[in-house]
Amino acid sequence: MKTKLGINRNSEIRTGMLMLSPFLILFFVFTILPIISSVVLSFTSYDMISTPKFTGIGNYIKMFSRDDMFPKVLRNTLLLAVVTGPISYILAFMLAWMINELNRGMRTVLSFLFYAPALSGNVYLIWQVLFSGDSYGYINNAMLTMGLISEPIQWFKSPQYAMAIVMIVQLWMSMGVSFLANVSGLQNVNPELYEAGCIDGVRNRWIELWYITLPSMKSILLFGAVMQIQSCFSIGTLVTALTGFPSVNYSTDTMVTMLMDVGTSRYEMGYAAALSVFLFAMMAVTRVVVGKLLDSVGNQGGRR
Amino acid sequence: MKTRAQYKRYTRSKAGNFFYFFFLTLFGLFSVLPIIYTICTSLKPLEEIMIFPPRFFVTRPTFENYAALPKLLATLRVPLSRYVFNSIFVSVATTILHILIASMAAFVLSKLKFKGCTAIFVLVQFALLYNAYTLAIPQYVIFSKLQIIDTYLVYILPYLPSTLGVFLMKQFIDSSVPDALLEAGRIDGAGFFRIYRQVALPIIRPAWLTLALFAFRDLWSMQPQGTIFSEELKMLPTVLSTISAGGIARSGSAMAATVILLIPPVTVYMVTQGSVMETMGSAGIKE
Repeated sequence: MKTKLGINRNSEIRTGMLMLSPFLILFFVFTILPIISSVVLSFTSYDMISTPKFTGIGNYIKMFSRDDMFPKVLRNTLLLAVVTGPISYILAFMLAWMINELNRGMRTVLSFLFYAPALSGNVYLIWQVLFSGDSYGYINNAMLTMGLISEPIQWFKSPQYAMAIVMIVQLWMSMGVSFLANVSGLQNVNPELYEAGCIDGVRNRWIELWYITLPSMKSILLFGAVMQIQSCFSIGTLVTALTGFPSVNYSTDTMVTMLMDVGTSRYEMGYAAALSVFLFAMMAVTRVVVGKLLDSVGNQGGRR
Repeated sequence: MKTRAQYKRYTRSKAGNFFYFFFLTLFGLFSVLPIIYTICTSLKPLEEIMIFPPRFFVTRPTFENYAALPKLLATLRVPLSRYVFNSIFVSVATTILHILIASMAAFVLSKLKFKGCTAIFVLVQFALLYNAYTLAIPQYVIFSKLQIIDTYLVYILPYLPSTLGVFLMKQFIDSSVPDALLEAGRIDGAGFFRIYRQVALPIIRPAWLTLALFAFRDLWSMQPQGTIFSEELKMLPTVLSTISAGGIARSGSAMAATVILLIPPVTVYMVTQGSVMETMGSAGIKE
């Protein structure tokens, strides 16, 4: 088949397939196949030693009706996602946008500072030291010295503080992948669009942001949103590092800490798989809703 | 011709400017705290590490934690150079291959709209959301079927199809490589692969530089669980764990080692991001 330009579309497709195949093969073997087995496992009882036993939707019934921990971790997971997800998403964009108008040196330094938590491996350590429950903790120590409290507060062991601290730390850590993607996405916005906007009467940065910058960044914004959904629903290691497992009255435990416990210490891999299928379903629904929301960004005056 | 900067300079009040920089600086300083803390602690003598009340900054900086490292490292069963080689080899090779594979796939998915492209891309996006922990068991079974356990391949192969890379690349190609450019290349008689290499890759440079940073950072700190047994194949984070296992007396040296291990990712950051900042938009592309 030849197109009107005389290009052999079939040969292009052949080249394309060849370029796609390394990814496709590895993706299938190392990601899709494991996901399929995990979904299949969710309908079984599997202790990692004997062969999986098919139990139908038993795991799901157990999850919704017989597990006291599940409603608590579900509540915590949703709470963390709803609070930290949108805030860190907006923050990751706003900070990238704010530093974008600075000169190159300032931009490099500031984006390094923002990205620093993602670079340094031991990020929780500083928070553990700050909020340490004994009087050695910096915050307890300072408050004791100032006479605000008479005895040290067990920050991570008090349900009323633990969740708030987890949220703060998660937000603080959120300048990661989507922040840098935004920084380079802003670099890639065609400058002629700004010039055209200026000629067309854009007289203020907010109008420019809504009608020029955001619409040209749509695909990067979607990337950031998906990464954010992924991270805000998967908060787990952070919680365990700060508040331990299980946390007091499961006050901060999430779906992820629960499924890690179910898999690692209880050896109920089938149940852990069912939990992750449910978690995935929540994320997938969120992804679809967010996709619809992003479609409407800058719609009234978007380019093209 | 005016520059972009002149177009962008909208007015802001003095107070607005002040809060702008105040906010940015405050947030920046707050973010960099863990690195500063790590560096400070690595310079603390033992009595300052144990001091009460604890101090954030170091009062009597010393290099004794760094000086103690060679002696600690001499006791390793495998020479340090082996770990260094493994870390560099795995991180660099995997990063390069990952960028290559991801950008090729993304270019095809973005520009060659054949049957099934959309389905593959939806799969990529949703696979990204699936919890990684639960996948560890099935993945382990696959590793052992492929007989790659305890080889370099167990580090490299599973990382290559990391969906984040394809997703990021695809989004960048969608937004900054117009179809018109592809047509122009075709008219000039360039094949699909040549258009990818000579037209698309230079335009999406900020994207693959950023991806290089993500990949290198992940790989550099990777410590596989249960898939590598030979000490000869382990990477530098293992050395760090060995030092940390020495208890509180070693915590200063562990911090010193952490600081040294931070140097390569920070360097990669500086090199790649410095270069990203240099690119001033995809100038010259007319649609």
